[in-house]
Amino acid sequence: MKKLFTVAATVALASAMSVSALAADKLKVGFIYIGPPGDHGWTYQHDQGRKAVEAELGDQVETVYVENVPEGPDAERTITRLARQGAGLIFTTSFGYMDPTLKVAAKFPDVKFEHATGYKRADNVSTYSSRFYEGRYVIGQIAAKMSKSGTAGYIASFPIPEVVRGINSFLLGAQSVNPDFKLKVVWVNSWFDPGKEADAAKVLISQGADIITQHTDSTAAVQVAEEQGVYAFGQASDMSAFAPKALLTSIIDDWSQYYIARTQAVLDGTWESTDTFGGMDAEMVGMGAFENMPADVKAMAEATTAAITSGELHPFTGPIYKQDGSLAAAAGEVIDLGVLLGMDWYVQGVDDQL
Amino acid sequence: MSAYEAILLTIITASTPLLLAAIGELVVERSGVLNLGLEGMMVMGAVCGFAMAQVTGSPWLGVLMAMLAGIAMSMLFAFLTQTLVTNQVATGLSITLLGLGLSGLIGSGFVGMPGIKLEYISIPVLSDLPVVGKLVFGQDPLVYISILLVLGVSYMLKRTRMGLIIRAVGQNHDSAHALGYSVIKVRYACIAFGGMTSGLAGAYLSLVYTPQWIENMTAGRGWIALALVVFSTWLPGRLAAGAYLFGGVWILGLYAQGMGVGIPSQLLSSLPYLATILALIVISTNRRLSVINTPASLGQGFVPDR
Repeated sequence: MKKLFTVAATVALASAMSVSALAADKLKVGFIYIGPPGDHGWTYQHDQGRKAVEAELGDQVETVYVENVPEGPDAERTITRLARQGAGLIFTTSFGYMDPTLKVAAKFPDVKFEHATGYKRADNVSTYSSRFYEGRYVIGQIAAKMSKSGTAGYIASFPIPEVVRGINSFLLGAQSVNPDFKLKVVWVNSWFDPGKEADAAKVLISQGADIITQHTDSTAAVQVAEEQGVYAFGQASDMSAFAPKALLTSIIDDWSQYYIARTQAVLDGTWESTDTFGGMDAEMVGMGAFENMPADVKAMAEATTAAITSGELHPFTGPIYKQDGSLAAAAGEVIDLGVLLGMDWYVQGVDDQL
Repeated sequence: MSAYEAILLTIITASTPLLLAAIGELVVERSGVLNLGLEGMMVMGAVCGFAMAQVTGSPWLGVLMAMLAGIAMSMLFAFLTQTLVTNQVATGLSITLLGLGLSGLIGSGFVGMPGIKLEYISIPVLSDLPVVGKLVFGQDPLVYISILLVLGVSYMLKRTRMGLIIRAVGQNHDSAHALGYSVIKVRYACIAFGGMTSGLAGAYLSLVYTPQWIENMTAGRGWIALALVVFSTWLPGRLAAGAYLFGGVWILGLYAQGMGVGIPSQLLSSLPYLATILALIVISTNRRLSVINTPASLGQGFVPDR
């Protein structure tokens, strides 16, 4: 009897890691996820990308993923295990996997690694990210048009450049419509904690924000907005089902094309260490349907999206002032990529301190 | 709704799942059993409650299902630790892992569905009273249930024969056995109660707090509840105070950020833990009381010698 339970427990533990059947000559592509694919946000979209790879190249590759991997030592262990199990290409899909990915990559020079949203590379480590901030500029403009109180609430995860950039871009978009627009920021110090995200949304609404946007991975905040009758934006994937009345649009991450292209490159033997920072032009960032807004706001949002896609408009075009009042970019000047990637300061008008 | 009302309402919502899960675990530990499977039972309650509510359209049936799911998980724990006398710590941990995995499996068909919310109570006139109306008479039903549970458990443990037996079993199972009480049966019952309240806590998350199903939506709340039980020195009143204090500091931290107070958010995020530890240390300085309330047989398996 006891033995039976030991077996049952082992099976239960093993099922936490989902490994498809091994085929000898197929390229094994591994994915490390920060949350569950069922988060309907960040990880969900990466998993959609993984499925796209399976659909497109399923006869030549097999995919493996490990979900809910904490950033830190656990990540290193998990990535190492995937590499040992014969993965030829591994996507690590969260910022905090940066150093673990590099450490493991040094030990497995023949395995190719792709790290999302990081800035450190090696011969066998590429980095890739999306210019989410392009979408944030668009929703910032919509927010400024739709807000009555002139204040939006922003639920942020961790103070890293990617998140700070999004906050700044959102506010710059809003200020392009209403120069006095204010932004309140609450950091929840987690990528995924639906309860805490909901709490933060409630707090921000009670402090006068009538637009809620978030850089966390669940749909909780959007739901609170629906309940309390304020507007919200979806993050990472289309969240309109959760807030049919409150959702204005969603910023959608689309990793499919990139994942297919990189997997194909490994199959062809043309893979090189690169840094990809794709935006609307590369179809890595897309906008959901523009809903619950008057026709003129919708037209403006569509025009801005088109202008960013064509490269006509760059969200970080001066004049841009930092929070302390110093000039970050003169009129007409575009903040360069290096500064964007390491962004650790707020633009003027953010009601928070980093 | 005034700002302070909004704060208090948010605090109550944040504290209630902790309180629900912890009050059951308190009874379990008082009977001498350490069930670390709280998180797993909670998350199973969350998914089963959500699924049932979706299928039947009734959040109340969801709540019932959540309690049954919690009980089912706890019975697995009870069978392993009480009947087969496995190690309680290891078994509890595997219940957590099992619950997290199994709930993901059960819930995979329910991801991305907007949930059905358990309605707030609204009593005509009373709920509209200024200041206290919404706070006292306008909560969701589970808040009242959690408070009744705390009062009930407190009374039961202190004033009833049943409470005396549970405490005896937890203090010294050999003596309780010698007196003729069935240690195993008492513990089974306590574990089932713990499973039920954990299931309720899960239902609170998926039917009230954030009405939807997301994998891992408990996000560690089971562990916080577990810590609250220990730091409350197994007293229901302190447990409730600890849970509300935790929720309070948690929400006020978010408030301070929204106001633009220049305190690092990492510090604010850790404040609830610090404050709870500090407060409970202070109230636990009465050594005598602490020692009396600590279940001496906690975590030890019991094999009756016949």
